[in-house]
Amino acid sequence: MLPVCPLSSLAPGEALRVEADPPIAVFHTEDGEVFAVDDTCTHQDASLADGWLEGCEIECPLHASRFDLRTGQVDAPPAKKPVRTHRVLVEDGHIFVELSADEPNLPPGVSVAGQAATGGPL
Amino acid sequence: MRTVAVVGASLAGLSSARALRSQGFDGRLVVIGDEAHRPYDRPPLSKEFLAGKVSLPDIALEADDEELEAEWLLGVRAERLDQQGQQVVLGDGRRIRADGVVLATGASARSLPGLSALSGVHVLRTLDDALALRAELESGRRLVVIGAGFIGAEVASTAHQLGLDVTVVEAMPTPLAGPLGTEMGAVVGGLHADHGVRLLCGTGVRRVVGAERAQGVELLDGTLLQADVVLVGVGAQPNVDWLRGSALELADGVQCDSGGRTAVPHVVAVGDCAAWYDGRLGGHHRVEHWTGALDRPKRAVATLLSGDSSGPEPAPAYFWSDQYDVRIQFAGNAQLADSVRIEDGDPDERSFLAVYRRDDDAVAVLAMNQPRLFTRWRRSLAAAPVTAPVTTSATASLTAPVTATR
Repeated sequence: MLPVCPLSSLAPGEALRVEADPPIAVFHTEDGEVFAVDDTCTHQDASLADGWLEGCEIECPLHASRFDLRTGQVDAPPAKKPVRTHRVLVEDGHIFVELSADEPNLPPGVSVAGQAATGGPL
Repeated sequence: MRTVAVVGASLAGLSSARALRSQGFDGRLVVIGDEAHRPYDRPPLSKEFLAGKVSLPDIALEADDEELEAEWLLGVRAERLDQQGQQVVLGDGRRIRADGVVLATGASARSLPGLSALSGVHVLRTLDDALALRAELESGRRLVVIGAGFIGAEVASTAHQLGLDVTVVEAMPTPLAGPLGTEMGAVVGGLHADHGVRLLCGTGVRRVVGAERAQGVELLDGTLLQADVVLVGVGAQPNVDWLRGSALELADGVQCDSGGRTAVPHVVAVGDCAAWYDGRLGGHHRVEHWTGALDRPKRAVATLLSGDSSGPEPAPAYFWSDQYDVRIQFAGNAQLADSVRIEDGDPDERSFLAVYRRDDDAVAVLAMNQPRLFTRWRRSLAAAPVTAPVTTSATASLTAPVTATR
C-alpha cells in the first residue's frame, strides 16, 4: 500500500502525480470518487495528471486520448492500449494506492526506469 | 448512401473512416492511399522515430484489434474526381464509384527549385522520407536545415541529440513569427542557441553547392555553410492538383464551409488539403495540424451523412512541438492578437505560459513545459464565444510585432 495524501488535500476535480516507478496519477472526481492509474499516457510520453478530468474520464493533455478511469479502457484515440489501473483505498481520510501487479502499458520509447528505451527493429 | 470513398489514408483519412462507422454508416467503405503503408503517425518522424527510439509498429495509428470493414487500396494515387464527384479515378485506371467522397489527401513538403537532383538533400513528410534522412544522420556529420519552422527545429533538435553539427537557416528575421508572433517566435527559436545549434536568420538561400551530392549551402549574403546533409523544411502545399477540372473550389486547399462541406454535393474535405471557413479569422484557412486531422473528420462525416453542415465553430487550432526536451504547446490564433503577456513562469527558464489577447479577450495561448496550466487555458479558449475579427483583413497583424509585457 502506497500512502498518497490526505483526501482533504486533493480537491474534487484535481489530480496528483505520485513519483513511483512508473509514476502514478491519482484523481479525485467531482462526484467524490478517487481513482489511480499509471500517469504516463499509453500513446506518447505525457502526464495524465496534467490532463482534463471530466466525470470518470481523463483526457491526455498532449493528444486528447481519453481513458475511463474505472477500467483504464481507451475511450478516444490516438491511444491504442488501455492505461493500467490501481486499486484505491481511502481510510481515515487518507488516500492509499495498491499497486497493480499487471504489466504497465507504457508508450513506445519509455521504459519503467523512466528513461528512453532504445527502439526495436523496424 | 451505399458507398463512401475516403481519399487519403493518413490520420485524417483513418479518422474519417472511423467516424463513418461510429456514426452508423454500414455500406461499402473504400480507403485510398498513395503511400504503400497502413496509416501511421507523422509527428514522431521528426522526433522519436528519426532518433531511432521508436519503430514502425510503434507509430501505427490503428489498434491491433481494430476492424473498420474497409477496403484499403494502398500504394495507388487518386488521379481525378469526376464532375459530379461520384467517381474517383485511380492511377492504375481503376474507377471507384461512390455516393459520398471524403477528400483527405493531405499536403506535400515544399522544396526549393533545382534541389531535387542532389543526393544528401532531404525533405521530411513521409515515412520513406524519414527513413532516408535517418540513414544519413551519422554522428559527426554537418547538417544544414533550411527553414526554422517546427519541422526544421525538430529535426535540428534530433540531429543535435544524435551528435551532428547542426546549423539552421531562416529567411525571415525571426523564426516562427507566423504561428507565434515575433516575440514568442524569438523565445522558441532561442532553444537552438541553448544547445549550441547555430541559427542564422534573415538570410535566404541562394543554392545548394555540390555536383552529385550536396556539399554546402550558399546564402544570399555569400556565406557558404559546409554540409554533408541538407534538410529543406520550408512548409507544405496541399495535395489538390488532382482535383483540378472537378467542380470543387480550389485556392490554398479545397474551400469548405465550417462543417467541411465543399462546392460539390456529397463531397467533404478534411485535414491538410482542406481550407475550412474559420469564423474566428473571418476567412478560409488551412489547418496543417495533427489535431485538426484527428477531430474535424467527425464533423465532416456528420455533414456528409446528414447533408447538414451547421454546428458550432470547430475548436481553436492546437499544436505541440518537442524540441531539446522542451514541450511547446500552442492553441488559438496568434495573428488575431494585439498583445502577448507572460502569465506564469519565466521564458528564460524555458518554463512559462503566455496568453495572447485582442483587447481583453484571450485569442491564443503558448506554453513551454507547462502542460497542466496549458490544458486549462486551451479549454477556456475553446469555450469562449466565437467573434469575427474586427479588422477587415484577418491577416493584418500576421507579422506585426506584438508587445511582451510581464
